Amino acid sequence: MNLAIRDIRHNLGRFVLTTLGVGMLLMTVMGMGGIYRGLVDDALVVTRGVGADLWIVQHDTRGPFAEVSRLPRSIVDRVATVTGVADAREFVFHTIQRDHAGTPLRIGVLGLDWPIDKGQHLPLVAGRVLARNHYEMIADESLGLPLGARVRLGKDTYEVVGLTRAMVSSGGDGIACFTSSDARAIQFDTPAEALRLEREARLARAAETDFGRTQPRVLERATGASATIAALPAPAISAVIARLMPGTRTDDVLRSFAGWSDVTVYTAAQQEDLLLKGSVDRARRQILLFRVLLTLISAVIMALIIYTLTLDKLHTIALLKLIGAPNRVIVGLIMQQSLIMGALAYAVGYFAGQGIFPLFPRRVLVIGDDLLRLGGVVLVISVVASLLGIWKAMRVAPNEAIG
Amino acid sequence: MITHADAATHAPLALETAGLTKIYGSGHLEVVALRDASMAVRRGEIVALLGPSGSGKSTFLLCVGLINPPTSGRVAIGGVPLLDGPRASTDLRRFRREKIGFVFQKSNLIPFLNAVENVQIVGELIGHPPAVARRRAMELLDELGVGARAHNRPTQLSGGEQQRVTVARALANQPSLILADEPTAALDSRRGRQVMELFRDVAHEHGTGVIVVTHDHRALDVFDSIYEMEDGALKRAPSA
Repeated sequence: MNLAIRDIRHNLGRFVLTTLGVGMLLMTVMGMGGIYRGLVDDALVVTRGVGADLWIVQHDTRGPFAEVSRLPRSIVDRVATVTGVADAREFVFHTIQRDHAGTPLRIGVLGLDWPIDKGQHLPLVAGRVLARNHYEMIADESLGLPLGARVRLGKDTYEVVGLTRAMVSSGGDGIACFTSSDARAIQFDTPAEALRLEREARLARAAETDFGRTQPRVLERATGASATIAALPAPAISAVIARLMPGTRTDDVLRSFAGWSDVTVYTAAQQEDLLLKGSVDRARRQILLFRVLLTLISAVIMALIIYTLTLDKLHTIALLKLIGAPNRVIVGLIMQQSLIMGALAYAVGYFAGQGIFPLFPRRVLVIGDDLLRLGGVVLVISVVASLLGIWKAMRVAPNEAIG
Repeated sequence: MITHADAATHAPLALETAGLTKIYGSGHLEVVALRDASMAVRRGEIVALLGPSGSGKSTFLLCVGLINPPTSGRVAIGGVPLLDGPRASTDLRRFRREKIGFVFQKSNLIPFLNAVENVQIVGELIGHPPAVARRRAMELLDELGVGARAHNRPTQLSGGEQQRVTVARALANQPSLILADEPTAALDSRRGRQVMELFRDVAHEHGTGVIVVTHDHRALDVFDSIYEMEDGALKRAPSA
């Protein structure tokens, strides 16, 4: 006869309410873990998606995910010539915030090296890849832009031709993919007034030089569009990403880059490591501390409830001892209740989380390993929580059942 | 005509105590609760233990119930020597489980078990399979007239019904000895007498030695022997 279950039925209301409370706490612990996993997954979705073996970034910077990195477009061609490199592509990434339909819209702008990269590696859930060099975008569902929507960014309007799912930046902003030139145009968009002022300043600077004074044609050219002036650099890119030829040793290629003093080169693993340490590590530690605290609180609540349930049964425990029940029966009664409470609370936490986590603004990624680990923790705290009650029960004398 | 008391004279001993003394505290705080108490109860015999409050009756029951060992003296149950002073010759809790039944003033049933489960648990504790223990529990409840209330919780039973269930529980391990501490105190006189007669029937029909601590002098005729306790000293009443 299972005494634990019969006693639970006897105190059903209190047991159910406590289990629900502990279950909600465990759901929060699961959710915290899921938020961390979501952060990591979101942070790595771009770096893993582009499939780069090497990241070539501005010298002495940690790359476009950690800080501003600017490289001239010509680095792409230089990298492509290095022995062992199969191909090199532009990488443009930055975050913008614009108004759209009266609400602020934060977008992680990712530039694809069209036509080599049309977005075929993206997790498309609707629409298509970029078919044209300009004015098309592939947006993540989280941005709330439907297929066919037209969004004005800078001076141009872009049409949503494809939709992705779960492509967000480490900051949680939905990512939109453009051609690299469009991405740069969006990043370096300058208002007309600023352009006019810059041209006037350029004209004034040229007019002060001998060259400008003696060559009127130079002054005339100085007032034209920046793109038509060979002396002015093209807008910078964030990084160059390179894939290596099959069988190439990464170290050999890195040695080739050792003499390049204008860039820093990271392997894909190093770039991911920098990304996680930079933007996610502090969040990870913060979340870990919260999880530890919540787990401890769950254990304390369980211990208190099991202890209280035991106090309520001290007379019964004394009676059991009086009629000769061995200690294992009494220990089993208390520990089984604790384990049942832990198991049910875990199930409550899991199923409640399944319903609630999708409503969170950021992705909550609950994975099997984390669930298994938390299950182990719940098992341990269930046993530990019962120890206080067991200690009390062991101190009860059988003669307390008399009189 | 041969009475049951005559027949019981030759039955084996259910309980034998010799020189039981129990002293609480020490020095000038020393309290002698039990002085050189000796008693012999045969199987099938029902014994009343009378005495005013604080005379040592409950202490005597705790000693012979293997709950609180004496300071000195010997206890043997069913012919098995168990205690010599505070020293035990066996696992007392196990012996209690297998050989002794308890009935108290309050019904002392486990509140979260129904009547049949309260009896069944004793059978399971001594190793009977649940089905066997349950069948035996139902038989006992039927025998004691509360079979119809088998699935009621203690709070759904009257005081008399609760005591009957407690008696059934005390019988579930087929004990050598039943110890009852004022089992009728919470009952009216009619129900109190019914319970005393129940104990007598149990003793005679099950061959169990029964010691009943009672203040109720109206039902003394149901007992085979009567002992009196005063200031820790035990003596057999001459009228028994």
